[in-house]
Amino acid sequence: MSVVAVDGVWKFYGDYAALRDVRLEAAAGSCLALIGRNGAGKTTLLRTIAGFSRPGRGQVRIFGQEPRQAEARRRMGFIGHGIAVYDELSALENLVLFARLYGLADPRRAALEWLERTGLERVRNGLVREFSRGMRQRLAVARAFLHEPSVLILDEPFTALDDRAIAVLQRLLREALASGKTILMSTHQLREALDLASHVALLNRGQVAFQGAATPEMVSDPGYVYARYGEA
Amino acid sequence: MRFFHQVYVIAAKDLRAELRTKEAINAALAFALVILLMFSFAFDPQEETTREISGGLLWIVFAFAGTLVLNRSFAREQPNDCLDALIAAPIPPAALYLGKVAANFLLVLAVEMVSLPVFGIFYNVRWTAQFPELMLVVALGTWALTVIGTFFSALTVNIRLREVMLPMLTYPILVPALMGAMLLTSGLVMGKPIGPESAVWLRLLIGFDAIFTAVSVLLVETVLVG
Amino acid sequence: MRDKIVYALGLAAALVIAWNTYAISQLPDEVQQGAVFKIIFFHVPVAITAMIFAAVALIASVLFLITRKFQFDALAVAVTEVGLAFLAANLVTGSLWGRQIWGIWWTWDARLTSALVCWLLYAGYLMLRRAIEEPTQRATFAAVFSIFAFLDVPIVVFSIKWWRTQHPQPVFWGGGSFPPDWSRHFLYNMLAMVALGVVLAAVRYSQEESQREIDSLRRMAHAF
Repeated sequence: MSVVAVDGVWKFYGDYAALRDVRLEAAAGSCLALIGRNGAGKTTLLRTIAGFSRPGRGQVRIFGQEPRQAEARRRMGFIGHGIAVYDELSALENLVLFARLYGLADPRRAALEWLERTGLERVRNGLVREFSRGMRQRLAVARAFLHEPSVLILDEPFTALDDRAIAVLQRLLREALASGKTILMSTHQLREALDLASHVALLNRGQVAFQGAATPEMVSDPGYVYARYGEA
Repeated sequence: MRFFHQVYVIAAKDLRAELRTKEAINAALAFALVILLMFSFAFDPQEETTREISGGLLWIVFAFAGTLVLNRSFAREQPNDCLDALIAAPIPPAALYLGKVAANFLLVLAVEMVSLPVFGIFYNVRWTAQFPELMLVVALGTWALTVIGTFFSALTVNIRLREVMLPMLTYPILVPALMGAMLLTSGLVMGKPIGPESAVWLRLLIGFDAIFTAVSVLLVETVLVG
Repeated sequence: MRDKIVYALGLAAALVIAWNTYAISQLPDEVQQGAVFKIIFFHVPVAITAMIFAAVALIASVLFLITRKFQFDALAVAVTEVGLAFLAANLVTGSLWGRQIWGIWWTWDARLTSALVCWLLYAGYLMLRRAIEEPTQRATFAAVFSIFAFLDVPIVVFSIKWWRTQHPQPVFWGGGSFPPDWSRHFLYNMLAMVALGVVLAAVRYSQEESQREIDSLRRMAHAF
């Protein structure tokens, strides 16, 4: 059974269809890179999969459940365009907050562990509003991984990351994949993404124009998929 | 039990964030004091007249200053897309909502507890005559204000003219509760305990609070997750 | 075909109102209040029509939230707008009546005050709609607000009534007798007002549907 199953999903804004009959699947331990030009619907699709909005038609299943069910939410981690941590709280306070919301047994220990894994243990009591951009990004990553999610949904995670943050994220994603977790990632940074991706899907005007395993040609020439399946 | 723990976590988070910056509460306090000051120019009150209109005066101060706090409620989740993370977390949206209501309730109550003595000093009015009953009325009225105001804060968080829309939508809905609170408060400040005639307003406040808390809890998920 | 029925109904309603108004003007003046008492033939029917439309708006809003079909959203906004106009007519006729009888344009009479607060409530609904661009969010949030507003209406009416019972003021109208054969004219006006409201709502409804189609075409055109 696939971990993430998107079946015939349409998403409407008024009468306008941002997503049309999208069918996607991701198996355990796979990493799906979702590519497509701006406005193709990548963010809409990922947010619908993550449960932030309901599809107009069709359904999304994460581990066989609807994304809004508590169990599915517990097993999912999301990084969107914002860092989703509070500027007025410290790094530690932020992570302890989310650890509590996710019902972790020892929130403080989990928070400290993830601060260390993202290289933020020295600034754990610093307020996020004083952090540099890279530090904020790393904290966002820590928040997403904190509760050991089995499914990670990342919307352009490499955009606007500095080199250190990119390295941290790639390392964490590789470890996650190795332990059988599933990743759905939209990206413009094809090279970084295809480094990790086992599968690729191209979204064009709300429809899936191509879906399949990542091939060596794609890795060596990221523009290949666009040229072959997308519109110029 | 777990539900109430989650409500507590959200409320604690909101309170900690607010107390660190004190933006909303300072603005609300300043606004309350300014209104009280301006009213003293508008009326040249004898003590008796002031006590008769005290209910109206105080609840206008509470409602207007409270709106500043309520506006921040969901607005504080916007800057880094924090609302996404809260919605994605496995807590019921009702817990998220009630946590915020609880935090707002305490913040608005704090503004009110400062405003009351200032009112007493500025207008030379002894308002402590029926203190326990006054506190009950203040609590019930403030709960109505924060339940409706927090819900509409969620409704208006990312629409145009948010700061204007929130009061415009909230105050008409609150008319019965504000009316009841004003009438009860005026009576209590004048030293009259709540009698059989004014008890109807107490029942109105309690009923209003119960109905709209229930409705808000039921509908909050529709607003947050659409 | 449907348009023709709607226009025919509108014409019929207008004719009935015109004829009825003439008939009413021929009736004898009321003993205590004189000719102005006849404003009741308009003042009350528009209020009842507004109330009916508020109930329809609630049902449409709930149905939208359940089915997510935009036809219900269009119905809700059409009915609310027309109801708001009728409620405004109620406020204006009430004010004119008071000006004639008491010499003042407004008093915080229980019924007028309730009408005013309800008017503000539903005006808020329209303001909310105007502030939200995206159609699905607009329809959803408006529907939720409509539920809040409708639940509040009875509470508002009762609380203002109790307030006025405890702090009585001269009642704005009431008093004045209503002979039984006048009920006929009242009924005609009542039915005609409802028919007129239905016609206006139907026109607004189809306008809303057309607007939605235009908006989505525009969005599609700009998307790529």
